[in-house]
Amino acid sequence: MGRIESADVVVIGAGIIGAACAEALSAAGVRVIVVDRGAPASATTASGEGNVLVSDKEPGPQLELAVASRRRWPVLLDELRELIGPRLASVEWEVKGGLAVATTAEAVGPLAALTAAQRASGVEVEDLDADRARELEPHLTEQITAVSHFPDDAQLQPVLATAALLAALRARGGEIHSGVTVDGIATDRSGAVVGARTGADAIPCRAVVNACGPWAGHFSATIGAPIDVLPRRGMVLVTAPLPRFVGRKVYDAGYVDAVASPEADLRTSAVVESTAAGTVLIGSSRRRTAFDDDLDVAVLRCLARGAIGLFPKLAGVPVMRAYGGFRPYTPDRLPVIGEDPRMPGLWHATGHEGAGIGLAAATGRLLADLFTGREPVVDPGPFRVDRPEIALEA
Amino acid sequence: MRRVVVVGGGPAGMAAAKAAASCGVEVVLIDAAPKLGGQYHRQDARESGDRFKLPDGVEHLAESVVWAIEPILEGHRVHVRTGPADGPDRTGRAIETRALVLATGAYDWTPPFPGWDLPGVYTAGAAQAMAKGQGVAVGERVIVAGTGPFLLPVATSLIDAGSRVSAILEANDPVAGFAARPGGALAGWTKAGELAQYGAALARHDVPLRRRCAVIAALGEDRVEAVLAARLDEDWNPVPHTMRRFEVDAVAVGFGFTPQLESAVAARCEIEGGFVAVNAAQGTSVPGVFAAGELTGIGGADLAAAEGAVAGAAAAKRLGAKVRAPIGAMRRARVGRRFAAALAEAYPVRPGWRGWLRDGTIVCRCEEVAYGEIRHAVEDLDVGGARSLKLATRAGLGLCQGRICGRNVAELASLPDAADAFARRPVAVPVRLGELAEDVPVDEAP
Repeated sequence: MGRIESADVVVIGAGIIGAACAEALSAAGVRVIVVDRGAPASATTASGEGNVLVSDKEPGPQLELAVASRRRWPVLLDELRELIGPRLASVEWEVKGGLAVATTAEAVGPLAALTAAQRASGVEVEDLDADRARELEPHLTEQITAVSHFPDDAQLQPVLATAALLAALRARGGEIHSGVTVDGIATDRSGAVVGARTGADAIPCRAVVNACGPWAGHFSATIGAPIDVLPRRGMVLVTAPLPRFVGRKVYDAGYVDAVASPEADLRTSAVVESTAAGTVLIGSSRRRTAFDDDLDVAVLRCLARGAIGLFPKLAGVPVMRAYGGFRPYTPDRLPVIGEDPRMPGLWHATGHEGAGIGLAAATGRLLADLFTGREPVVDPGPFRVDRPEIALEA
Repeated sequence: MRRVVVVGGGPAGMAAAKAAASCGVEVVLIDAAPKLGGQYHRQDARESGDRFKLPDGVEHLAESVVWAIEPILEGHRVHVRTGPADGPDRTGRAIETRALVLATGAYDWTPPFPGWDLPGVYTAGAAQAMAKGQGVAVGERVIVAGTGPFLLPVATSLIDAGSRVSAILEANDPVAGFAARPGGALAGWTKAGELAQYGAALARHDVPLRRRCAVIAALGEDRVEAVLAARLDEDWNPVPHTMRRFEVDAVAVGFGFTPQLESAVAARCEIEGGFVAVNAAQGTSVPGVFAAGELTGIGGADLAAAEGAVAGAAAAKRLGAKVRAPIGAMRRARVGRRFAAALAEAYPVRPGWRGWLRDGTIVCRCEEVAYGEIRHAVEDLDVGGARSLKLATRAGLGLCQGRICGRNVAELASLPDAADAFARRPVAVPVRLGELAEDVPVDEAP
């Protein structure tokens, strides 16, 4: 490959977060090059279920970002359609709604408290009785103690969404380079970014965006501006295609608890949903394990039990495959979005854990807002890089 | 208690089990079929009894699938379900071992071409299995096409089952290939007699063998009514104005074999050039995991058995058994590999097959993904990785999980990790959710 020309910004990582940042920057007139050591959307993004959720967030900055992103996605998709045409911009967007299901007496109280707080934050939530819930999802368990319906929960296909964002970038003159590893940052005498090193070469630029997902912590350490982002492993089971088994995203009310859990040991809670192809996806597990992707059958067993707990009929359904991936995890469970004060011109956009697909639209927008000095789409304070939980000593 | 676990009951797996058992260790042989022998010795399911007998000390788990291989400290835990695949009453078991022999074999490979998804188009292996295993002919007038010596026994099996074979179309010119490597061909002289027998049988039935020819399209409404064949140039591009139509009601296509890599990939074995890399003792890159047979290179039953014998002895040795070096088997394996290399050279797959496809040609049959959709994903969406390509096109996501189309999709999309891109499957074969949820007995590692 020949030498890569210069850009205003080099985005490192062609997952959905990198793609969303690149798209938003290019929409603001910034010249962007995206580089990825592998192929676009081939790691964490390709392991995602494509959730664009407001239901699984506790009130706070994360929910605010989620609400902004949920609002932004359909607008963004319209803009993409306009720019690159409907075929390239088709990303299987579906507002399917979510159901949080409590199956024990103990789970009723926490679910009610959560939905009350979410409602106060402007999330639309509808409490259903068991009969109404089974009207919506006829195969649901009989053991329902409480159900909340989130009509705004949506889904899209993350690989197609990333491809569409990158196609928009290309349409605006930006570039994507696969198989290019950035192994260092070139700085001037004041310590500000002037280039992204790729082996012997460097791509001249005035800013880089670290959008390396679960590898963002490792990358930030190699360039001397470490942030505390670690991989947290997840597994998903995929069944054979079934005729109309489940319409919404259905999860055990314990899910929010597991998402919010900081513990390294295994957390599983049932999440069941269908894809456009009719397969049923069964999640979710969370385990902080470095980049160890050895199979753990105990995790699969927990996932299977959880899913059967919600939908007993699933017991007879064949699982066709399982796949795992790594989510970028931060100790305070908030993403990192903004410029690194330790190295002017270094930006981070990572740490979205399992919510990166949903949060991508607002993340890209927020980063571009901050980069261009526009009014930010949400308060950037909680996501800043120099918070004590995130910025590590070099 | 010392236990070797062998996965696969074909020539390689049986030889491995025998060799290990003769060294005095306990052996568990796991195989998906009801009877031993694998694809090569495919036993007629209608006959009673088993042609093969394994020595005492070998526990044969028939109708058993390995659905997961889990790494544990100093070994592997092999997860098995036993019972008819479609039945509701399979039992589960997990067997731990420090010496695992993988002999999972290969399945036949065919490139896609227009009409290959029509009823009446069979892989050569499937056509032979139906003829030999069930006595069923796939059609009345059949054409056999592809490449490799395997086409000859397939054609004779079809004739035995009552088909009329219109022709055998061999895409290569094997005489030229063998002439270029006489040493390798000599190494397989024992095979030559076998092939001559098939040749004589085919001559008796007036079956013409056409070299450098291939079926490049199957025609028909609801099933195959005819095929288009063409002469090929050296790269397998059809030579203009050589198209010929054959009226047939079935086609058997075989272009060689592709190894069944899931278990080896699950055990983290290094893959080289599409096959499991092994040393002279059939050891893989993972300590305690051995591989034998087609998994390590396509070479036929004799080579597989020789490698199996070596692997079984090496596995027993790893467990501390006193083992005499299997010198004879190692020599047979060396000779067999030379012959295999000569075969691979004489019957290569040339890139021109990609030109047989049209945008509408289905590449992934389970999800009905056409070649044009894969081109769209690669050319317009810039999708490059195996997993993202699957998600963008749905190719390889259907019931077969890419066993049939994986290699084709990977090659058509020029994926860098084509060989094992579709073999990374933590759940290797379908398992019911209820089975996954069960606690199963574990035979712990001694």
